[in-house]
Amino acid sequence: MPSSPATWSRSPRQRAWRRLWTHRPALISAVFLGLVLGLALAVPLFSDGTRSHGSGEAFAEPTWTHWFGTDVHGRDVFARTFAGTRISLLVGAVGTAVSLVIGVSWGLVAGYAGGRTDGVMMRFVDVLYSLPSVVFVIVLITTMEGYVKGLLGSVAPALEPAARLTFLFVGLGAVSWLTMARIVRGQVLSLRTRPFVLASQALGAGPVRILFRHILPNVTGLVIVYLTLTVPAVVLYESFLSFLGLGIQPPQASLGTLLAEGAAQINPLRVRWWLIAGPGGVLALTLLALNFLGDGLRDAFDPKAE
Amino acid sequence: MPLLEVEHLRVHFPVKPGLFARPRGHVRAVDDVSFAVEAGETVGLVGESGCGKTTVGRAVVRLLEPTGGSIRFAGEDLTALRGAALRERRRQFQMIFQDPFSSLNPRLTVGDSIGEALDIHRLAADRTERRRRIGELLASVGLDPAAADRYPHEFSGGQRQRIGIARALAVEPRLIVGDEPVSALDVSVQAQVVNLLQDLQRERGLAYLFISHDLAVVEHLSHRILVMYLGRIVESGPAADVCGTPKHPYTQALLSAVPVVDPDSKRSRIVLSGDVPSPIQPPAGCPFHPRCPVAEARCRTEVPPLHSLEPGRQVACHLA
Repeated sequence: MPSSPATWSRSPRQRAWRRLWTHRPALISAVFLGLVLGLALAVPLFSDGTRSHGSGEAFAEPTWTHWFGTDVHGRDVFARTFAGTRISLLVGAVGTAVSLVIGVSWGLVAGYAGGRTDGVMMRFVDVLYSLPSVVFVIVLITTMEGYVKGLLGSVAPALEPAARLTFLFVGLGAVSWLTMARIVRGQVLSLRTRPFVLASQALGAGPVRILFRHILPNVTGLVIVYLTLTVPAVVLYESFLSFLGLGIQPPQASLGTLLAEGAAQINPLRVRWWLIAGPGGVLALTLLALNFLGDGLRDAFDPKAE
Repeated sequence: MPLLEVEHLRVHFPVKPGLFARPRGHVRAVDDVSFAVEAGETVGLVGESGCGKTTVGRAVVRLLEPTGGSIRFAGEDLTALRGAALRERRRQFQMIFQDPFSSLNPRLTVGDSIGEALDIHRLAADRTERRRRIGELLASVGLDPAAADRYPHEFSGGQRQRIGIARALAVEPRLIVGDEPVSALDVSVQAQVVNLLQDLQRERGLAYLFISHDLAVVEHLSHRILVMYLGRIVESGPAADVCGTPKHPYTQALLSAVPVVDPDSKRSRIVLSGDVPSPIQPPAGCPFHPRCPVAEARCRTEVPPLHSLEPGRQVACHLA
């Protein structure tokens, strides 16, 4: 053991971030995601893509003024793509945040309480798992939407368009925390019988101290990894629902509705490929980058790498 | 009055096949175990894997709720205590663990792992004093006080075990339960840790309940030895007597497995056949009879009580 106080001592977390720094695909993905996020935040400031501008010509092929071409109403697809990316990422982030909050606390409580509490909580998760989640969200949206819209319309009419977005948040959040809860619970189950937890109990530490000082810090690595894999899953889910017409409503756009519009323009006479290539490319590359980043994080936080 | 007095301790775990199912039976991990540890004394607890020795240790430091019996510490029954009262008593008995790699939280610095003991019991008035105490504790187990700022992964197994000992010492306990504290270490490091434990006992008057399957280490370290088999004590007595003239056939078999550094030694090895029976359905009569080389008819039907041969020497065998 080198014992001079001048030598720097790194915590396991600092070492993990350093390992990530050397993981090339993850690093490139992180840079790419930063770029997409920047565009998604910046582009809608200049044009939200809901109105036509410039020439206003419909179905223009990609040019220097319209990088991704224009759509049926002469709207710039580039602007619409990044406005859509903003919505898609927002839904992805909120869905993931819900999965973080509910999933982690559910898993922590179930795993730490153990016994009957654990059994009941995890059977509840099993029941939700066994419901076809697409059907669940569709039923939720179709049955509850009219009621909530009416309610919102009487209280705050300005918020009415946000009703659909809220449903997406709730619906996607409700299905995305299940796996997180299972993962966290499994990890807690194995951590709570580790000798360092027993040692803390023998010293007289209470459950709060053990959960927050000994267990939570040892599941965060896993949680971070799983979060980066949840974001693409939720984004894809939202795109799928929007593609079916159950997601974002026009004139707002998400990557899914853009793809649906593009797909509608495919006919035997003419394929307007740019309507699909732009949003599809951004969606595919973003999902790929998120998965690469998750991969890099998993390698970096792997306890066996210690 | 002994420091620790365990009487008729029983720890049973229900075997449940499912969430709402009734228990199908009980694992009798510890069944009617009684012993005492005097202040400043080392009591060795030996037995093979699954005999319940770790369960005894965990029940003593109140990591497990006993099913029955009593555990008295300095005359006070601990089994009745809960909450803050129990937390206060926990200062007097601590535990060191077998695996030096999982006994320290990898996310905490060594100083914080040891400091947790000081935090819980409010033993350090401020940060400076906390730091000073941690430094002293590290020095007392033979480590550099600068180790406090490092993380467990930077230490070897023997060093981590010393850190675990420093953590246990932080609350100035009177009894330390060592659950196989040296069996995961290299032989050369084992000797160092055993010597450290003996030095600490001399300096601080500590009592040890030393759990191990290694009779050689236990004989070296202990004043008295308890031999456990299938949740029961089968033999107890002063270390020299138990190891010199074992009375129970199980103890004899255990001792015959200890390697002897003497090529001319003619001692024959008693090899036990079969496995340890299930503690869910222990055999009728003497729990050892299915594997006993000298079992008789009554061993199969009658449970031999733990009876005294001479003061301080007990054995549970019909033939002894």
